[in-house]
Amino acid sequence: MENSKTKNPFQGTKEQENELMKLIEANKNEPGALMPLLQGAQDIYGYLPIEVQTMIAKGLDKPLEEVYGVVTFYSQFSLNPKGKYKVSVCLGTACYVKAAGEIFERLERLLGIKGGECTEDGLYSLDACRCVGACGLAPVVLVNEDVYGRIGPEDIDEIMAKYKE
Amino acid sequence: MYRSHILVCAGTNCHSGKSDKFIEYLDEKLLEHKLNEEVKVVKTGCFGLCAFGPVVVVYPEGIFYQMVDQAGIERIFAEHVLKGRIVDDLVYEESKKHGVIEPFEQTDFFRKQVRVALHNCGVIDPEDINEYIAVDGYQALAKVLTTMTPQQVIDEIKASGLRGRGGAGFPTGLKWSFAAAEPAGKKYICCNADEGDPGAFMDRSVLEGDPHVLIEAMAIAAYAVGADEGYKYVRAEYPLAVQRFQKALDDARAMGFLGENILGTGFSFDMHVKLGAGAFVCGEETALLTSIEGNRGEPRPRPPFPAVKGLFGKPTVLNNVETLANIPRIIMEGADWFAGMGTETSKGTKVFALGGNIVNVGLVEVPMGITLREIVEEIGGGIPSGKKFKAAQTGGPSGGCIPAKLLDTGIDYESLAQVGSMMGSGGLIVMDEDSCMVDIAKFYLDFTVDESCGKCAPCRIGTKQLLEILEKITQGQGVMEDLDTLKTLSTHIMENSLCALGQTAPNPVASTLEYFWDEYVEHVVNKKCPAGMCKDLLTYTILPDKCIGCTICARVCPVNAISGKVKEIHTIDEKCIKCGVCVDKCKFDAIIKV
Ligand SMILES: Cc1cc2nc3c(=O)[nH]c(=O)nc-3n(C[C@H](O)[C@H](O)[C@H](O)COP(=O)(O)O)c2cc1C
Ligand code: FES
Repeated sequence: MENSKTKNPFQGTKEQENELMKLIEANKNEPGALMPLLQGAQDIYGYLPIEVQTMIAKGLDKPLEEVYGVVTFYSQFSLNPKGKYKVSVCLGTACYVKAAGEIFERLERLLGIKGGECTEDGLYSLDACRCVGACGLAPVVLVNEDVYGRIGPEDIDEIMAKYKE
Repeated sequence: MYRSHILVCAGTNCHSGKSDKFIEYLDEKLLEHKLNEEVKVVKTGCFGLCAFGPVVVVYPEGIFYQMVDQAGIERIFAEHVLKGRIVDDLVYEESKKHGVIEPFEQTDFFRKQVRVALHNCGVIDPEDINEYIAVDGYQALAKVLTTMTPQQVIDEIKASGLRGRGGAGFPTGLKWSFAAAEPAGKKYICCNADEGDPGAFMDRSVLEGDPHVLIEAMAIAAYAVGADEGYKYVRAEYPLAVQRFQKALDDARAMGFLGENILGTGFSFDMHVKLGAGAFVCGEETALLTSIEGNRGEPRPRPPFPAVKGLFGKPTVLNNVETLANIPRIIMEGADWFAGMGTETSKGTKVFALGGNIVNVGLVEVPMGITLREIVEEIGGGIPSGKKFKAAQTGGPSGGCIPAKLLDTGIDYESLAQVGSMMGSGGLIVMDEDSCMVDIAKFYLDFTVDESCGKCAPCRIGTKQLLEILEKITQGQGVMEDLDTLKTLSTHIMENSLCALGQTAPNPVASTLEYFWDEYVEHVVNKKCPAGMCKDLLTYTILPDKCIGCTICARVCPVNAISGKVKEIHTIDEKCIKCGVCVDKCKFDAIIKV
């Protein structure tokens, strides 16, 4: 679900590309270089569209299939861009038994997107994540760096009202 | 010497409650009042009582303040620190139970705990290597390097009876001896800090609260098996843990506890941190090693075991975080001390992340053999809001749901396996009467289907089929034969999967079928969900005697399923998508789900 094909066109800049090339150069002879490289590339671009994967595959002299195989294997890597406001709902067990599933559905409805997607205006993206390690605050919703804990489905409208434009 | 210490928890839970701001505030104020020579603020790891965070403890009195916010910390400073007056209304309720304020060590939550792996968590500043050294840190490493042979180290760990805390419970000393027996040459020590069980945060708390203990333990392990290089594989979702661990590594290197010629003994060892990228199967040992090598984290068949052929094809020891956190204490206190705790087959203690519908959500460390009932009712403080206990889940997606009638089961590897669950890495989720067991089984299967790496068919296809049947049942489409299919399919998946992910994936289904059969039947035969969780089996209705016709519900309904005139009783029609918004908004409790 996280890795459905993206609808948003690629808009990488020359600076980003240069940065990526530097990163590839620095890492390419390390054993196990692909993972740290993908993590670095995702930091640069915010996600890993096929264009970026192609550059990495060329740089490491690996088949694109292998790179794509690794990208789609790990849930941390995203083929979709993230919104200006990254909303993640923890669906770990501790949160789930405290109605996190309902919170997630409410957010899907409110934002009009499914988990893993980004709104067309690029403002919001929605993800489910598994245990952020703050189970004491369950259920937990993150909006970028802000943590909202011990909330209920009824609090969603109020929280999201803080993130406009 | 300080006359007083203020401990501020900076574990993930409390950190999320902005506890870092409290530390800044206190430091600033102490300086302003020229008390910085008398009172010391310590930023610590997790105390364990996350439900009541952010947490602040003031010593020497041991006063435990709960749910502190900025206003609270200002009052604690102005009253307690400056005037010695305890801020009564912020004190942890439990410690006031007997009429006087007791030190928090004497409360129900802490009394039955024994802290071995969590010894330093919530006590020292994890970012200050000197504090670790002050509590005898790195002494075990020094002792091992200067007074013990590698064989003696292995014998000591064997004698302690320590078993792996990552889930499978393999004897640690034995694992080390296999790698040690391989011919000398390149060998690796790896630490599994992937913590894939959703709803568990034990390993995270050790990484955040006491990172040096892991460095010390890995160096000891390296000495024992003849390795010179280590990897720590940690979830990228744990930024605070990664950052603290990285700092600890730098400090340990600068002080000569890592690197070439450690403590002048000629022994060399260094290590790297590798970030995982969110794949549950990467917690499995062979998958983890393939992932460090930079590939898709798929498991491979064993043998050969990693101790013989592991990372980059070399002999490798992989241990879990909690397993390692026990090592330095065993070396210092002796194998007999450790073996003196626990049961015949399971020695020492176990850390649990207590979560779900329980009062004291948090981190606990208990001696093996303690009963589930003691953990849930005494340490955990029971179920909130007067609800009834329904099940305890251990072992995460590989474990099972333990019903009320088995609450007296003792915590050890064998007993938990016997009741159809497993020790797992230490997640313990408590569920109350509002949790539907069919829904929980579906929740876990949804997780395994997502996380199955797809390499073997029984796991890839079988778990998907289990999930589809469970979905059918929760949607009210189930038939009795489905329950038989669930059973036979489960057995088939358990027997034929390549790795333990698949072999254990049906456990949540098997255990709920066994203990909550009637609940399944209720879904299948009567198309009812007794717990009121399964949406498709519920209907929302408006109680005519409570509705006053205020029209709020009709206005908030996203699909216009509610109609009625002002001041007249409203009704819900079949357009209802059961989102529950109307229930939240109705001020008269006039809408119910049945
Ligand atoms: C699907 C799966 C997931 C696992 N996840 C973890 C994990 O998150 N952390 C962990 O320490 N061990 C995990 N394990 C167990 C490891 O394979 C391995 O047994 C353990 O890390 C060995 O360390 P120990 O002997 O110290 O327990 C997992 C096993 C399986 C099959
Ligand atoms: S389950 Fe949500 S934070 Fe742990």
